[in-house]
Amino acid sequence: MLKLNQINKVFNEATPDEKIALDQINLTLNTGDFMTVIGSNGAGKSTMLNMVSGSLTPDFGEIEIAGKDVTKYPEFKRSQMIGRVFQDPMAGTAPSMTIEENLAMAYSRNKKRILRKAVDKKRREIFRLALEKLNLNLENRLNAKVGMLSGGERQALSLLMATFTQPSILLLDEHTAALDPARAEIITNLTKQLVEKDQLTTLMITHNMQQALDLGNRLIMMDKGQIILEVEAEDKKKLTIPKLMDEFQRIRGEKLTSDKALLSF
Amino acid sequence: MFSAVFGSVEQGIIYAIMALGVYLSFRVLDFPDLTVDGSFVTGAGVAATMITFGYHPLLATAAAIVIGFLAGCMTGLLHTKGKINALLAGILMMIALYSINLRIMGLTSENSIGRPNIPLLNAETLYSKFYSFWSTLGIDTTINNFFEMFGLQYLPSTWGTLFIMTIIVIIIKLVVDWFLKTEIGLAIRATGDNKKMIRSLSANTDNLVIIGLGFSNALVAFSGALLAQYAKFADIGMGIGMIIIGLASVIIGEAIFGTKTIMRTTLAVIAGAIIYRIVLGLALRIDFLDTGDMKIITATIVICALILPQYFEKKREKNRKLKRHAERLSLKKEENSVA
Ligand SMILES: Nc1ncnc2c1ncn2[C@@H]1O[C@H](COP(=O)(O)OP(=O)(O)OP(=O)(O)O)[C@@H](O)[C@H]1O
Ligand SMILES: [Mg+2]
Repeated sequence: MLKLNQINKVFNEATPDEKIALDQINLTLNTGDFMTVIGSNGAGKSTMLNMVSGSLTPDFGEIEIAGKDVTKYPEFKRSQMIGRVFQDPMAGTAPSMTIEENLAMAYSRNKKRILRKAVDKKRREIFRLALEKLNLNLENRLNAKVGMLSGGERQALSLLMATFTQPSILLLDEHTAALDPARAEIITNLTKQLVEKDQLTTLMITHNMQQALDLGNRLIMMDKGQIILEVEAEDKKKLTIPKLMDEFQRIRGEKLTSDKALLSF
Repeated sequence: MFSAVFGSVEQGIIYAIMALGVYLSFRVLDFPDLTVDGSFVTGAGVAATMITFGYHPLLATAAAIVIGFLAGCMTGLLHTKGKINALLAGILMMIALYSINLRIMGLTSENSIGRPNIPLLNAETLYSKFYSFWSTLGIDTTINNFFEMFGLQYLPSTWGTLFIMTIIVIIIKLVVDWFLKTEIGLAIRATGDNKKMIRSLSANTDNLVIIGLGFSNALVAFSGALLAQYAKFADIGMGIGMIIIGLASVIIGEAIFGTKTIMRTTLAVIAGAIIYRIVLGLALRIDFLDTGDMKIITATIVICALILPQYFEKKREKNRKLKRHAERLSLKKEENSVA
């Protein structure tokens, strides 16, 4: 479903700030795979996700989605097939527009936008039903401006919007990091539920190791622009946090430098 | 007095269409578009030129709208594809339009290439066409007789202009309201609100900016075309400061009537444009002031519209706090006396 082929990305090339963000990344996700991505700050996780979404273009290498080479597709064209939730709850919604209008925009993701009423009776019913499943009582606030919602509510809405049209790929970049533990848990469960419902091919970055172990069928660890560890289905089930830490030490010959960032629960 | 206010309202409605255009760019798209000063004259110039050539005023007005749309699209192209800063793109288009406007109006002149003004004194305009129909209805005399009963003198010669302008501006308001609720309209609003988000929902924000600015400047040019026919001339300088007038209307309207929904905001913008004209008209009646002072009056009105709401809001907040504080104090007193 998703294929990264020898992806390279260097920031600030040929300056003192030169930074190799991605170093020969190869990655294949099959349909229905749910992969969690961990790694210390600056490892290149977000950069990799931005390559897939098209917000950044690789210096070298190709990206394939559903068998199509999309390396040259601009972001808006790719996002027909990609749902995305950002770390910042403000980033995934339009604050001055209402809940139903935000959903309507997500609903038009894979259709051509034309001069027709964006929210009609039929669609409003679809939105209401979808919101009911969130259990946040948002279905009764269809005409509330999204700017009025709390961070958790917004993130739940963003998640719903990202998965609304069953995208080929779902990208989640620390989408629970800005929430308190209780909200984070709600969003984590919701993520699980929505991904399972449509068997979405998912790539999720997290700094919460437990979350990385609990969710999904595959796991990768990144460091300094490389994928240093890949764990698959059965092995992943047996994985524990101490084992992961040992593994990192074995590969890198050093202790995890940012244990704290990696272990934040 | 009455006729002065009446004239202000008529003009205010014409400028309201321009103000709606400014609302689309500044507020909806969050794009400070200065093309307006140029595209307003383009609308006036195209309409006046075509009318002079004998085309039907409806056709002339429609052509003005189309050319205005294209001018807005050009600014959008400069910004999105040329990656030129929004303000600069607008200014560049504005000065380019100055020359283009001279050339357009120059088409009516046999011995020069450019032409700074076109009079439409005896030409057929939308208003004269409508008046020839309206006058047969005899509504003017009925209304004026009615007002005369209250002792009003100096009544306007016709109510037809006001009538047709009101109809036009209501239709435009409804079209703008509807447009902003369509799928494309939603995407345009989101482009002004959160570009990153709407791009991740597969919208081409470049195209949306271009279409949005096109629509905005189409309205501006429409307003220019109507003003030229109303005032019976087009002049190369008639667009100077137009952007400020548009902004003033938007700000005044929003300050007085609020922005709760789109339908309410567009109504507020129209009302703001009319109020602005009335205030300006009344100010100019003060003997001390001269027509040359118009710009400083405009500046004063806009400054007031920007500052006064803040001041009132602060005062309201303070009163609220004082009141709540007093309430809490008296509540405490009661509790103490009970104890
Ligand atoms: N636009 C950019 N310009 C310059 N350098 C960048 C840019 N984006 C990322 N980098 C650098 O590339 C490296 C990888 O960044 P990236 O954001 O992918 O890390 P990450 O793994 O997502 O880290 P975090 O866990 O902190 O989110 C970092 O060193 C960062 O400073
Ligand atoms: Mg990151």
